[in-house]
Amino acid sequence: MVCEMESDQTEYMEMEVEVLSSMWPEDMNENGKQFNIDWPGEDQDMLEEVNINEDSTIVDFKRLVELTNYSEKGSSQLAYLVKNWEYKQENAVRLLREELDNLSKQQQESELKKLEILEKYQFEEERYGGDKRPISILDEELKRYIFQEAPRKRNDVKIQDKLEIDAEYDSIKYWKQRATHLEKLLETSAQREQILTEKLQESIENLERQSSPVEELSQILKRADNFLHFVLQNAPVVIGHQDNELRYRFIYNHFPSLREEDIIGKTDVEIFTGAGVKESQDFKREVLERGIPAKREITFDTGLFGSKTFLIYVEPVFSKAGETLGVNYMGMEITDQVRKREKMAKLREEIAVQKAKETELNKTIHITEETMRAKQMLATMSHEIRSPLSGVVSMTEILSTTKLDKEQRQLVNVMLSSGDLVLQLINDILDLSKVESGVMKLEATKFRPREVVKHVLQTAAASLQKILTLEGHIAEDVPIEVVGDVLRIRQILTNLISNAIKFTHEGKVGIKLYVVPGPCPDVKQGSHKRMASDHSKVLAKICKEDKCTSPSHNALDRKGSGGCKDADGANERFMQNGEGNYSEQNGASIEDEVDDPNQQETTVWIRCDVYDTGIGIPVGADTARKYGGTGLGLAICKQLAELMGGHMTVSSKEHHGSTFTFILPYKVSPVCDSSDDNEELSEMDNHDTSSEGNDDDINSGFFQFQPRTLGSLFSSHSSGRATKLSPNGFGYNTLNKTNGFQVNSHSFPLDSNTSKETGSVEDACSVADAVDTCSDPESSFKHTRNSGNPSTSGREQNINGVLDHTPCFSSPNSETTNSDQGEITEKIEKSQIPEQPDRSSECSSSKDEQISKTSLKPKILLVEDNKILVMVTRSMMKQLGHDIDIVNNGVEALRAVQRHRYDLILMIINGARGDNALSSPVFAADDDVCMPVMDGLQTTRLIRSYEESGNWDAAKDAGIDEEVSPSNSLQRSDESSTKRIPIIAMTANAISESAEECYANGMDSFVSKPVTLQKLKESLQQYLP
Amino acid sequence: MEIVAKLQKQFMDFISALYRERFLDDQFLQLQKLQDESNPDFVFEVVSLFFEDSEKLINNLAAALQQQVVDFKQVDSHVHQFKGSSSSIGAQRVKNACMAFKTFCEEKNIEGCVQCLQQVKHEYFLVKNKLETLMRLEKQILAAGGRIPDLS
Repeated sequence: MVCEMESDQTEYMEMEVEVLSSMWPEDMNENGKQFNIDWPGEDQDMLEEVNINEDSTIVDFKRLVELTNYSEKGSSQLAYLVKNWEYKQENAVRLLREELDNLSKQQQESELKKLEILEKYQFEEERYGGDKRPISILDEELKRYIFQEAPRKRNDVKIQDKLEIDAEYDSIKYWKQRATHLEKLLETSAQREQILTEKLQESIENLERQSSPVEELSQILKRADNFLHFVLQNAPVVIGHQDNELRYRFIYNHFPSLREEDIIGKTDVEIFTGAGVKESQDFKREVLERGIPAKREITFDTGLFGSKTFLIYVEPVFSKAGETLGVNYMGMEITDQVRKREKMAKLREEIAVQKAKETELNKTIHITEETMRAKQMLATMSHEIRSPLSGVVSMTEILSTTKLDKEQRQLVNVMLSSGDLVLQLINDILDLSKVESGVMKLEATKFRPREVVKHVLQTAAASLQKILTLEGHIAEDVPIEVVGDVLRIRQILTNLISNAIKFTHEGKVGIKLYVVPGPCPDVKQGSHKRMASDHSKVLAKICKEDKCTSPSHNALDRKGSGGCKDADGANERFMQNGEGNYSEQNGASIEDEVDDPNQQETTVWIRCDVYDTGIGIPVGADTARKYGGTGLGLAICKQLAELMGGHMTVSSKEHHGSTFTFILPYKVSPVCDSSDDNEELSEMDNHDTSSEGNDDDINSGFFQFQPRTLGSLFSSHSSGRATKLSPNGFGYNTLNKTNGFQVNSHSFPLDSNTSKETGSVEDACSVADAVDTCSDPESSFKHTRNSGNPSTSGREQNINGVLDHTPCFSSPNSETTNSDQGEITEKIEKSQIPEQPDRSSECSSSKDEQISKTSLKPKILLVEDNKILVMVTRSMMKQLGHDIDIVNNGVEALRAVQRHRYDLILMIINGARGDNALSSPVFAADDDVCMPVMDGLQTTRLIRSYEESGNWDAAKDAGIDEEVSPSNSLQRSDESSTKRIPIIAMTANAISESAEECYANGMDSFVSKPVTLQKLKESLQQYLP
Repeated sequence: MEIVAKLQKQFMDFISALYRERFLDDQFLQLQKLQDESNPDFVFEVVSLFFEDSEKLINNLAAALQQQVVDFKQVDSHVHQFKGSSSSIGAQRVKNACMAFKTFCEEKNIEGCVQCLQQVKHEYFLVKNKLETLMRLEKQILAAGGRIPDLS
């Protein structure tokens, strides 16, 4: 029995423990996954350590109760909790009840046994005592119960066996034994009863100790709440519940910015204002209406918390009846994420754009490369074609000089002209590709626009085969001298003029030059007015302005206007002095007003119109065929104009004419020169009394070349005379009056012959020579000159005279020139003041007639170290009718230039090397194979430096001393220095590296090697007029 | 007269072969054009000068390239000279060899230079041979009382 009980007990205990331990967590997991709560065991203090800010939850408790009562979810949750608790309690009750049953059964049993024992005892007493008492049925029943029960239990059986063994049945001993045994049983039974009672007590106590359902429930809730708090405490999350009017009933916000009463019972719109609030409200309402949960990202911009983006989840809450009670709302702040995302998107976009750009660029690069290659190819091809072609043309030329019959000559002429055309075309292509590939470099040289216009017109007139009037107008405000790439400008002008002549059959072709405001007309306008009111002030102001402006591109505009102002100012000044002439005082006064002349450099925009009365630009395309031509000329002009920072336009009216206009910026440094001028002027004052004379030849604003039939003489309508007072003249310390004439002769070469001075005479001689040697049109030009034109001025008559008498000029003595100068000048003046010519002046200028024809030939210097080249070139020059001086290197060349005056220098450039190896004078003469001690580029620089400065200091710096010989020093300093000697480079490579280098170093042109007769001839024609 | 015609034909064939095989180019033609009554030996003089000059240059080049430290500047200057004279005379193949030579020179490639020197030498002697033959033919024609045929 005992064992049984014990085993039973343990069984129960086990059961109890099992149920208790598994009950809560299992159930929790089964019934509600909303709470994945770790049942706190040993780690129960985990939450205690966490400080939970319970304030952050603002609950409308009443509402919560309502909610839990009415909302399905809430009630189910609550019901679940209750059910859970009930189950647990039921379980406990069941256990206890079982226990109780058990105990009461045992108690009954034990009581029955006790009763039995007592009965037996009574029975024995009765037996022994004679007390016979009837056994009740119950007793009988009891007996039977015992007997029935007893055998089923092994214990009893054992006991009974024992009893049977120990004593004889029905003996006293037996009964005694049996009594003790039963007593013992009773004792254990009583003991057990006590234990059970205790247990019962304990259970009851336990039961009492169990908490009430409310308490338990609230504890669970609190725990869940704590967990939620724990999880959410730092999360940027707002959780809320809003009723069906979207009033807040509950809100959790860890970072509350409003108090409870500010939120509960209010709607979003009532709480916040600003962007996004309305949207969120509408969104919630939408969810409320549709009854489907939804998410949305809303960016708020409220005064309360600034600009923030929230991801909002809203789900509807339904009542048990299925109607919506409100919404649960959960918002998470994702401002940073959004920002990052946006940034990422932006980056991605940028990357995409970059990639697109890259591919685009690659494509462009590819195309450009292709184009470049094509152009290079074109250039190379053209170059390759040019060499043999020039051979053909030159051979044809030579052929044409041989004895030919009429027919042959005709054919040869066709060959020549076709060849020339192709050559021109190829040259144009090369030019164009040079400009386009950026190989072409511009040169900045001082030049006189008037001169350039005049020369271009003159040249055009010389080869004019139509009855056309060529004229040039130069506005007075155009500066006397500007800085620009004169070669290119000439190229443009020549091109445009020949173009105009080509398409004009009658009427006139002309050039108009005037200053335009450049890119900023407003500034100019204003300044112009001011100028009129007080120009001296403004002038001073300009100086300041100009000093301030840097030569950067940005400043160009302002400078441009400055230049305009300047020009205007100067112009006004001229007006004051009357007759468009300006005197030296003017120049001086200008200089006085300018504080720091050397600083001044302005830009002036000059507009050049080339107009004609030709056919205009025809609409039809077949005209090009009719007129021929490469069509590249204008393209080149445009490119050149743009390269020089200007632009070119055209306006045309068919059958009425066209006007090609290009506007280019030029630098002007007027006062820079006038400082030199000043000395010149003062010296002139000493020598020349006629300082107030007509001296604006350089300023003459109008040239006209009448049609050939009327005489091809050009007439300068202004009453110009030799300019001694040009503020831009080349002035040197050694200058005397001759220089004044020299300046003039430079600008107006034919005119200068009147001065009888050597350089000019040579100049004229070269002209004359050229005229002699040249073919038909030129000689006819000469012829008409000789015929004279009664309407021309005296000076022109002079020219005629000079030309007539050129062959018999004597070589004038420079000293006599000097002494005679004043007299001559006076004579010229006399001859000019009356419009009608005075033939005597011509006679006066040609009184020395000893000059021999040979000395009239231009003096040409060849600087070349290669003997064979020297031999070939000399031979070619001989065939062209020139004798040349030859030197082997740069030093010798400088010596030669110091000694003589040359009209042309052919200078070797070892093109392929650039100037690095050659400029070092390491390779002195080594046997016959000598490198030039000084290379051509350096030599040219030194010569140019001398021409500009009038001294050989630069050469001295380079280690070359001036050889002073009394016989020539005077002459040299008088004449040769004032004129820029044309220097033609002879380079190994035609286009690539040499051209720009040549120009950069002050060379005028270049001939590519190997030198051919044709090339030489072309160059000579260009520079020996 | 027959012999003159024969010589003249030979001369013409020879010189056109020279042009065809690109030993000579138009520049030589130019030289021939430059020769006239006033300067009857011009071509001969120039060619002789060329021989003289070239041999000096070749020697100089050979010497320069044998130096332990090759002075490429100097080599380059010699080659430049050579190129100048050969192009002036119209010795096209020598000129082309010189151009290649220059390239190696700029690269400071000794092996290339040495090779090029051989090449230049080879071309030079070839053209020299041809020119000498040409000169001889000219002389023979003149000696036979003929006239140098007009090339154009």
